[in-house]
Order: sequence, then structure tokens, then C-alpha cells
Amino acid sequence: MFKKVLTLSVVFAFIFMVVFAAAPEATSAQETRVGIVLSTGGLGDLSFNDAAYRGLQRAESELGIHFDYIEPADPAEDETALRRFAERGYDLVIGVGFQMSDSLEIVAMDYPHVKFAHVDEAFPDILDNVVSLNFAEWEGSFLAGALAALVSETNNVGYVGGVDFALIHRFEGGFYQGAKYINPDIEVQIRYADDFGDPARGREIALGMYDDGADVIYHAAGGTGTGVFEAAEEEDLYAIGVDSNQNHVAPGHVIASMLKRVDNAVYETVESVVDGTYEGGQNLYFTLADAGVGITDLEELDVEEIQAYEDGIISEDELEKIREMKEELTAPHAAKLAEIEEMIIEGEIEVENWGEIGRPDEL
Amino acid sequence: MNNFVDKVKSILTNLALSLLSITIALIFGVFFILLTEQSPITAYSALYEGAFGDFRAILNTLWRSTPLILTGLAVALPFRAGLFNIGAEGQLLMGGFTAGVVGFYFTNLPAFIHLPFAILAGMIVGGIWGGLPGFLKAKMDVHEVISTIMLNNIAIALTINYGINYFRDTGRQATPRILQSAALLRFNDMADHFIFGKIPFIEIFEQPGIRLHINFIFAIITAIILWFLLFKTTLGYEMRAVGHNPDGAEYGGINASKGVILAMFISGAVAGLAGVGEALGTHLSFMAGMDAGHGFTGIAVALIGLTHPIGVIFGGLLFGALAQGGLEMQFAGVPSDIVMIIQALVIFFVASLQVLKVYLAKRKAKGGVE
Repeated sequence: MFKKVLTLSVVFAFIFMVVFAAAPEATSAQETRVGIVLSTGGLGDLSFNDAAYRGLQRAESELGIHFDYIEPADPAEDETALRRFAERGYDLVIGVGFQMSDSLEIVAMDYPHVKFAHVDEAFPDILDNVVSLNFAEWEGSFLAGALAALVSETNNVGYVGGVDFALIHRFEGGFYQGAKYINPDIEVQIRYADDFGDPARGREIALGMYDDGADVIYHAAGGTGTGVFEAAEEEDLYAIGVDSNQNHVAPGHVIASMLKRVDNAVYETVESVVDGTYEGGQNLYFTLADAGVGITDLEELDVEEIQAYEDGIISEDELEKIREMKEELTAPHAAKLAEIEEMIIEGEIEVENWGEIGRPDEL
Repeated sequence: MNNFVDKVKSILTNLALSLLSITIALIFGVFFILLTEQSPITAYSALYEGAFGDFRAILNTLWRSTPLILTGLAVALPFRAGLFNIGAEGQLLMGGFTAGVVGFYFTNLPAFIHLPFAILAGMIVGGIWGGLPGFLKAKMDVHEVISTIMLNNIAIALTINYGINYFRDTGRQATPRILQSAALLRFNDMADHFIFGKIPFIEIFEQPGIRLHINFIFAIITAIILWFLLFKTTLGYEMRAVGHNPDGAEYGGINASKGVILAMFISGAVAGLAGVGEALGTHLSFMAGMDAGHGFTGIAVALIGLTHPIGVIFGGLLFGALAQGGLEMQFAGVPSDIVMIIQALVIFFVASLQVLKVYLAKRKAKGGVE
């Protein structure tokens, strides 16, 4: 029996080697090639991985580029994946997420002639062949704060942050300033969940805030935010989403979402590589002025909401609910918000970035 | 002499069985690859190229195997003492976190103190995290599966949720960068090292993209030490006796609780070393997500290695190769989900063919009677 097993496995191994020995190497044409390494979590995160992917899909259809993506199972793979793209002569290599900043820097140093882009982390000493794509979340959050203050009947709004650190203070600061801009006397409740993935905690915090009189809550808390939406549904009150369009998560209760247009930023970077205007060595901030951040449509249904209906995520009734809510609740304030947006772009309103200057002492 | 032949035969049977099961797994994998409309030939040659294609690929396979060998050992040793350590994940996190903090917190220690201090601190904290369930099991009969799972959750909360936020100074979800004096030696820096630099041809390691560091050597040494401990010392004999039959062992004059606590402590320290290597060698800081489920993969590694320390080395190498080659498969256009399915198929078949081996052994025993 021992012999049989041995022979059998040798035969198998032999067949295997013969069949798979000759490896045809894929070669490609002269089109611009873009490689992207997504952060762990990968596609389907409803946040920046998906958004970056959308941006590349758009670039593929509109600019005729070719792109490949890698979803690492382990952050240790990041460096290897980035390096393989660089070695294979991709024109642009993109890394997504804070955890990739070190690896991207190391690889970019080894490949000075390859262009790199990094999403969502600024570099203190940025290399000449790297651009870092960042977002002026404080400007978008200012709009969210202003909208919350306009919609609020109790003069009391809330903010739920994920984890208490610099990046998330950008959202907090923008929201606070926006709400106070509309109504200096409004009460802004601020709480942190210390977790980006704990909906139950988000729900408890939100219920507490509603109990204390808030009627609109904005979150910058990733998965924890789902709990905020649940609380809004339970109490029949309102919430504001973040990063991508989350209005369909709790139809009729999420009155708007602050958008971080990672897709636009990625698309523009690819475009700059295609037409030869790519300029490395900069930390770019995508702002309201170039549609890098913004807020969902306050009057009409957005593409994503209709998409969610077509994909069967929400029913027709729920889509109708969103439409009604927009008509009754947010459309009356659309003009005012457009005006504020214009003022921020023109520099008439200066929004402070609390991620950089810190939270004011009186808070 | 006959004994020796039997031993070689049994090792060869094991190897042949493993080879057979890997082959069957890859054949099943073909169907899944076809679902993605990719050529299985391209996909598998990418798997092979990625894991063994060139010198760098081989070294990086060893690098990916390192934490898996260590967590595999951390599961295998208690297994021999009749304990199921599900807590390698938490022990790895505690060890890695401790080493990461020691690595950046002490700023004026020379390397020959700083590095050993960081490694030992990580291993001891990991050891305590493993020893605690061992103690509870020995003294209060708390089931180790439950206590280690709970300790995993506590470790995640302590290190990733609370610890990183306490120490971090940038938006990066990690502790600050460790100092050079606490970094584990990387193979591509060896040519400049004052001792290793003297080894002839050491400069072949000096090329970009080789990420292997010295922890691999530590892992192999650990496996050998554990083999010696288990099979060549009284303590190891006692542990195995407790594993076979705790009451019998106790009756025979063996202190079962000592064996249980020690096995769990050593296991925790070994898992801690896996975390230490990731923090001080791979990421140069303690980073959220760096555990990557190694503690749980370690269970599969230990079972495939037949919970024998030397077998675990091979189990770890297999998983390291699948991880390293799997990344290359993604470059060949196979989505990461399919890569994961193929990795799972290999585990499944290797594990299930062990059953065949047991059957073979039984038949052989019967044949002996005839």
C-alpha cells in the first residue's frame, strides 16, 4: 500500500509538472497601465477602496487605460504587491490607506522612475515620484454641520466620531464650525466611540444624544455609524452619513452624506499621467473647489440612490421615502447651502482644520 | 536497524500523502479558476513562480512562513499535553505590542541591550498571556478553549483598540516607529553586519525586495528546542504523558498541573515571538491588522505538521508558500477570493488525507495479525 501511494503521488506530481511547466508570460500593449493595491478590507467596503476602484473604472472607459488591482490578505503583503507592480513597469502605482504609507515610500525610493500615488495619508518628506491624495474633510463636514443646524428644530445636534485622533478631528471641527455658523447658540454634542467597527456602541451613543435633545447626528465612525442610523430609525429622527453616499442605509432618516470623492481624485491622477502633466512630490488636498469633497444632492435623487434601488438593496417604497424626505426636509435649505459652499470656495468663510491646529481650548 | 527503516518509511509515507493531497487540491482548484475565465495554467504557474520562482521568491516564502511556524508550534506543544490553545492570536498580539512599545520607548539603550530586551519582554508577556489559561486550567479546571478565546478578545481590545490610541502620534493606526537599535537584522542588511558580513557570499542577500529577517532562524531554532524538550527530556515526557492520560500520569507520580502551566507558558512565549518578529522585523512598529489571523492559521499549520515540531516547520513552509504565491496569482488575474479557496482546499485535503493514513495504519496492523 505504501508503494501504491508513493507511485500514485509521483505520477500525479509528474503530470502536474509537465502540464504547468511552460508558463506563458502575458505581454501588453502601449496603453497606460495602472496598478492599485487596496487596503485590507478590499472591495465592498462602501468606502475608499470601492471609491478608488470606481475612479479607475471610469478612467478605463474614458481614458482607455488598463488597470489591475490587488487585495492583500495581510498588510505584510503591501510592500511586495507595490514592488511587483513597479517591477512590471506599470506607469502608475497607487496604494490605498494609512497602513501602506511606509511600504509605498520604501518601494518608491527603489523605483525613482515609476510614478506613485497614495490615498489618505500626507507624507512629511514626500518623494519626487509620489503624490499623496488627501481630502479637505473639514470643508465637507462644514456643510454637514450647516445642514444639521438648518434642519434641527431642537437647536441641538450631535457628532459621533470613530476614534479620537487628528484625522477624525477634521470632521468634528468642520461639523462644529458649520453648525455654529448657522446658529451660534446651537448645542453640539460630541462623543467618540473609540471604535470604527462597533454598531452597538454607535447606537447607544446616538440614542443617548437623541435623549438629550439632539435631532440630527453626523457620524465619522466607519462601521460604528450603522448603529447611529439604526438609532435614527428607532427614534424617527435624523442622521448624516459620511465618506460615500449612505442615504439608502436608513431611507428617510439619513438626510444627506458628506462625500469624499476618492474616485475623482484617483481619476484625475490617472488623467495627469495619461496626458503627461503628473507632478510628483506634493501632498494634494482635494477640496470643495475641485469637487474633492461635497454633500449629496439635497433636492433630487442621486445616482447612487437609484443604483441602490436597481440593485435591489432598497425597495421602491424606500426610494420614494428618500425622495419625499429630500423634498420636504432638505430641499428648502438647498439654496442656503449652495451659498455657503460658494462662500467657502471664494474664501469668504474660512474653515479651520482641527486635524492640524487641534481642538480649541474652550471645548 | 529495522526500527530505522520503519521510521524512514513512515516519514516517506507522510510526505507522499501530503504531496498527493496538495495535488488533488490543486486539481479541484482548477474548477474554481475556470469560473473566473482565467487559464489554470497561468494561475498555477504564477503560484509556483511567486513562491519558488527565483531566489528572492524563495526567501520571501521563508519570510511569510516565519510567524506561521511559530504560531503552529504554539498550538502543537500544548496539543501534545492534551490542551487546545486557541489563544495564539492574542499571545501574538500581546508579544508584538510589548516588543513594539519597548522598541520605541527606550531611546538611549545600545542595540545589544535594547533588542534582546524587546524580544524577551515580548516573549514573557506572550508567555504570561498563555500561562494564565494554563494556570486556570490546572488550578480551577477552567476549560482552556474558553479562557484562551476570551483572552484573545481582551488582547485585541488592549493592544489594537486601546494601546495604539494611547501611544500613536500620527494618523497611522500604529505605535511610533521602533528605533534602529531594536530592529531585527534583515538578510539584505547582513553584508554590512560586523559578524555576518564576514560570511562568504553573504552579499547575495543584498537586493531590494528581500524581506526575510533573522526571526526565521529563531523560528527554526525554537522548533528544534521544542522537539528536544518534548522527546528528549523528562519534562517533555511528562507533558506527553499528561496529554495521553492525565489521571494515569498523576497516578504515576507526574505533577500534571506543572506540565499544563509550563506547556501553556512556553506556547504563549513562542506565539509572542511570532508577534515580536512581525513588529521588530516586518513592520518596524506594532500596526493594526498585522496579526492577520496568524494565530488561527497556526492551528491548521500544527495539524498539518502532525503536531510534531519538525513537521510544523514544513506545515509553516506550505502555508508561507501559499500566501506568497497567492499574491502572485492575483497578478495573473485570479481574484483574491479564488486564491483563498485554493488555499482552503489544500488545507482541507491535507487534513482529510491524514484520515487515510490512520486507515492505512489500521490495515497494516490487521495484516500483521494474519
